[in-house]
Amino acid sequence: MTIVERQSTTVERRAGAALTVRGLRVDFTRDGSTRDVVRGVSFALEPGRCVAIVGESGSGKSVTARTLAGLAGSGAVIEADEISLGARDLTSVAEHDWRRIRGKQLGFIQQDALVSLDPLRPVGREIEEALRLHGWRSRSDRRRKAIDLLRAVGVPDPERRALQRPHELSGGLRQRALIASAIALDPEILIADEPTTALDVTVQAQVLAQLETAKARGTSILLISHDLSVVAQIADEILVMSGGEIVEQGAANDVLTAPQHPYTRRLVDAVPGGHTRGERLAPQDLTTPNLHLPRAASAERDDAVLEVRGVSKRFAGVTAVDQVSFTLGRGETLGIVGESGSGKSTTARIALALESADEGEVRLLGTPWSGVPERQRRSLRPRIGVVYQDPLSSFDPRWTVGRILSDAIPADAGLTRVERTRRVADLLAQVSLPAETRGRLPLRLSGGQRQRVAIARALATSPDVIVLDEAVSALDVSVQAQILDLLIDLQREYGLSYLFISHDLGVIHHMSDRVLVMTGGRVVEEGDADRIFRAPEHPYTRALIRSLPKPV
Amino acid sequence: MTLTSSTETLTTEPKPGAERGGRRARRFLSRISGAIVVLWGAATAAFLAQAALPGDRATAIFNIRAGQAQERTPAELAPIVDAFGLDDPLLLQYLHYIGALLRGDLGTSYQQFRPVWDLIGEQLGSTLILTVTGIALAWLVMVSWVTLTAGRGARLKNIGSAVDTVTASLPPYWLGILLLLVFALWLGWFPVMGGGGLAGIVLPALTLAIPLAGFMGQAVRAEYERTLDQPFVLSARMRGMGDLGIRIRHVLRHASLPAVTLTGWALGATISGAVIVEQIYSRPGIGKTLVSAVGAQDLPVVTGVVVLVAALYVVANVLVDVAYTLIDSRLRTS
Amino acid sequence: MTVIDVARATRSRARLDPALLASLAAVAFFLVAAVVPGFLSPHAPTALALDEALEPPSFAHWFGTDQIGRDLLSRVIHGARESLLIGFGAAGIAIVAAIVLGTLAALGGRVVSAVVSRAIEVVFAFPILLLALLLVSILGASAWTQVIAVGVSTAPGYARMVRGQILSAKNAGYVEAARALGHSPRRILTNHVLPNAIRPLVAVFTMALGQSIVWASGLSFLGLGVAPPSSEWGALLDAGRAFIMQAPWLTFIPGLIIVVFALAATTIGSRIQQNLEKGE
Repeated sequence: MTIVERQSTTVERRAGAALTVRGLRVDFTRDGSTRDVVRGVSFALEPGRCVAIVGESGSGKSVTARTLAGLAGSGAVIEADEISLGARDLTSVAEHDWRRIRGKQLGFIQQDALVSLDPLRPVGREIEEALRLHGWRSRSDRRRKAIDLLRAVGVPDPERRALQRPHELSGGLRQRALIASAIALDPEILIADEPTTALDVTVQAQVLAQLETAKARGTSILLISHDLSVVAQIADEILVMSGGEIVEQGAANDVLTAPQHPYTRRLVDAVPGGHTRGERLAPQDLTTPNLHLPRAASAERDDAVLEVRGVSKRFAGVTAVDQVSFTLGRGETLGIVGESGSGKSTTARIALALESADEGEVRLLGTPWSGVPERQRRSLRPRIGVVYQDPLSSFDPRWTVGRILSDAIPADAGLTRVERTRRVADLLAQVSLPAETRGRLPLRLSGGQRQRVAIARALATSPDVIVLDEAVSALDVSVQAQILDLLIDLQREYGLSYLFISHDLGVIHHMSDRVLVMTGGRVVEEGDADRIFRAPEHPYTRALIRSLPKPV
Repeated sequence: MTLTSSTETLTTEPKPGAERGGRRARRFLSRISGAIVVLWGAATAAFLAQAALPGDRATAIFNIRAGQAQERTPAELAPIVDAFGLDDPLLLQYLHYIGALLRGDLGTSYQQFRPVWDLIGEQLGSTLILTVTGIALAWLVMVSWVTLTAGRGARLKNIGSAVDTVTASLPPYWLGILLLLVFALWLGWFPVMGGGGLAGIVLPALTLAIPLAGFMGQAVRAEYERTLDQPFVLSARMRGMGDLGIRIRHVLRHASLPAVTLTGWALGATISGAVIVEQIYSRPGIGKTLVSAVGAQDLPVVTGVVVLVAALYVVANVLVDVAYTLIDSRLRTS
Repeated sequence: MTVIDVARATRSRARLDPALLASLAAVAFFLVAAVVPGFLSPHAPTALALDEALEPPSFAHWFGTDQIGRDLLSRVIHGARESLLIGFGAAGIAIVAAIVLGTLAALGGRVVSAVVSRAIEVVFAFPILLLALLLVSILGASAWTQVIAVGVSTAPGYARMVRGQILSAKNAGYVEAARALGHSPRRILTNHVLPNAIRPLVAVFTMALGQSIVWASGLSFLGLGVAPPSSEWGALLDAGRAFIMQAPWLTFIPGLIIVVFALAATTIGSRIQQNLEKGE
């Protein structure tokens, strides 16, 4: 069947660079003050190759990407020695000309399709929109092309899927729909801004496969990411950005295996994985001692701190947790890994007795923990603490850090006001926060600082167990590294047991002594961390490990 | 070249159709039952209101009819007691009342000897037309105003927001007089008193529309600004869509959701506003009937209106709920 | 959070922008007018002067005169006391009822909260004016009836807000964190839920004051409130209605006064709230 296309969608691939950028500077002026966000970026994108810009939040990488599409934002002042798209000079393009470039010569992929596609419209319409904006007038042609595009990215039954909205599709399918809408007009350049953030590992693998396909077709890819392992998969050249500047630039392999600049080295070192077990991820603070000890094998495993047996939980007809059992020993870290919807968070809440189980029982420190009236549990609660992914919502917005910590210290400790104040100062010191943090509002702290406060609060009750529910997932890599180091230091110091929940396999491999793999509410595999990652047995675990981007 | 990942089977698929249908039916039922509760509450309140009339009811009714307040003999009261069933036990009266309501009988006026429905029914149409026109106009004004002023920088946002707040708190009796003075008396663009047809409905409808537009505008504006920052808007821009296109094709649908919810409530509020507006512009409608009934303490008429408005409110809300789920299908399939 | 906090917030950290200044001035003026009308008013409100009837606003009569020559400005000033009393009385009833009902609906046991919540929703379904009219028709038109009718019919709206605020505080992340720390429900309630719930309601309640006057005047406008020759603002509206053609200022100006007062109350309330939030 031939479809007469109204516009040619194949573009001759020119030899030489598809996109050339030299000396890009972007400043933002607001209320009279100027902030220079991008200070001199240069690179060349060739057809069929991928350049990755790596950096943490605030490095200027996202602004760079958007500037190249003419969407730097209001108040932006852009200077460059050269920005050319093929032969075309992009520094002097008017807005209505930009509209012709975007979508047709430049494609754009963002994070999670659940929010990057209009949730109220069918995905087919989103794809058709790109076509409509660039001259495709016939609705039936657009519809046919959209269905073809969905098929080409591997969406089964595309006629039906095109009529569905993003939330009706699974994670992988809607990510592909997003990609389909970006490549609809076969642009020469694809800008991917954090395309894999917040995605499950398996979906992430699918996205990377799609990008590979595009690369093979001759599209140039500009990949923006903070995730070095993702970048390692697909980039040919890497630019490392920090504070608006490029601190290192070169062939991907060189940058990753032999980084020159200290920042890059720090970044590469900070990525957790099997190879970093027992080592520090971040350079030492001056305040904490150098604890370069091998992973302590002396933890007494026979002393079970938390026992979970045959626990199940159903929500409105959906089984969230199905017959889950595990034991957490003293001083050990049990990692629970799974994708979204696997039931790991619900399991954590049941372990904390913040959620009641429909079946099964939980014992904390040998005493019955589930199925007991709350009044009975309350006296034992100080022994088990929790650190959440988003600490801000767990803090009372009106309270200062000092009050939050002071409030967490158990009342029956019988401390005078002076002693309490000193204890708060101690807690802050233990998490390497300066003493004056006590007078500040959590709102004004950085993500890493807030998480430290959350950890300090959990420590305030002198617990035996701490449940960490995606506690580092929202942090930049270098900050994540510091927090993970801190957690291990504290564990060694106090003999804490950790129930560590995460979807990030690298973090789990780095932190855990033993690992539980969950999917669909059930535990599919359990065992020693190294063994699971080296020789997974269950097919799901195998697929999960296989989807892992190759380690840096 | 197609790529189907082998890990596709590992991700969770959305629920199958049968389960979804069951859940939808359950939600529909709960909405209906909610509506019935409101209606029942209205009917009971109406009945209690009538029973609560201070003093002996028969005497009160007689006095209302006669226009004088004085003691009456049992013989004089007897026909009234019969006609209104006042010597039945209260529970029986209640059941009679509910039964009558279900038949569409709203009772008999104290003041006149006619059924309440006759008194109200003929006027209701005019009031309803005014109400619906007012709401439609409010939508028009609100959508244009918010689309023009939202997401264009702090200054316009503050002005727009201030205008919303001020207009939302304008009482209809004052705004109506203001519009009347300016547009009818001074500029002469519209008729002053009771003009029928299109020209005569503009000012009264505007009087109702402007405060409603301000009120809805506050909610819509907030949602509008929030939506403009969403990632899918950036995606649309990256496809080459211009600003106006984004506002109309993407943002508007999201931002109008709170207004859709408010519209159900707005029906009741606007009808009562219409009561006042009809007084100002001397328009036909239930306003005059209602006010004089209140003054004379003619309870069946007042309670009749209350029950009627409750019924309309319930219908409106069910429609609004359906409209909402049509727009935002996330609720449909969750 | 005590009254002292509120006062401190408004005084020390309040940035006195023109809107706030004007609002405070307006409210102050009306309060003085309510207490000592004779002090402010140029003429006696009942002083007849038939030869000066129906005069538009002028130097001699800032607000003009009515059909029997009474100075409108004086009438407005003298009407302040009754209007404010009715408005504050109604607002008082509404706020107290709202707090009681809202708290029960949010914090009561399962049955109590369900029943009260339902009741609030059902009553809220009715337009305020209709409810008020219903109450007036039972109780008969008078000033007292106005107070009760407006208070009772506006209460459900505020009760809903109280309930909503308490519920959102109750379901907030910091409440669960406190539970995890082993704090008792009462401690969580006093330390977290109530303070966080009350804060946004300050603005709502000040707004209630202004809104109550608006509704009460609406009833008067329909002739169902205070009887003439009261100078209550709504009654002035009603009295002026007959002369819309010849003397529009007789309805326009009392209405403007009402609107100004309502806006002033709302502005003060929202400023107080902004300062409370900033200061912490």
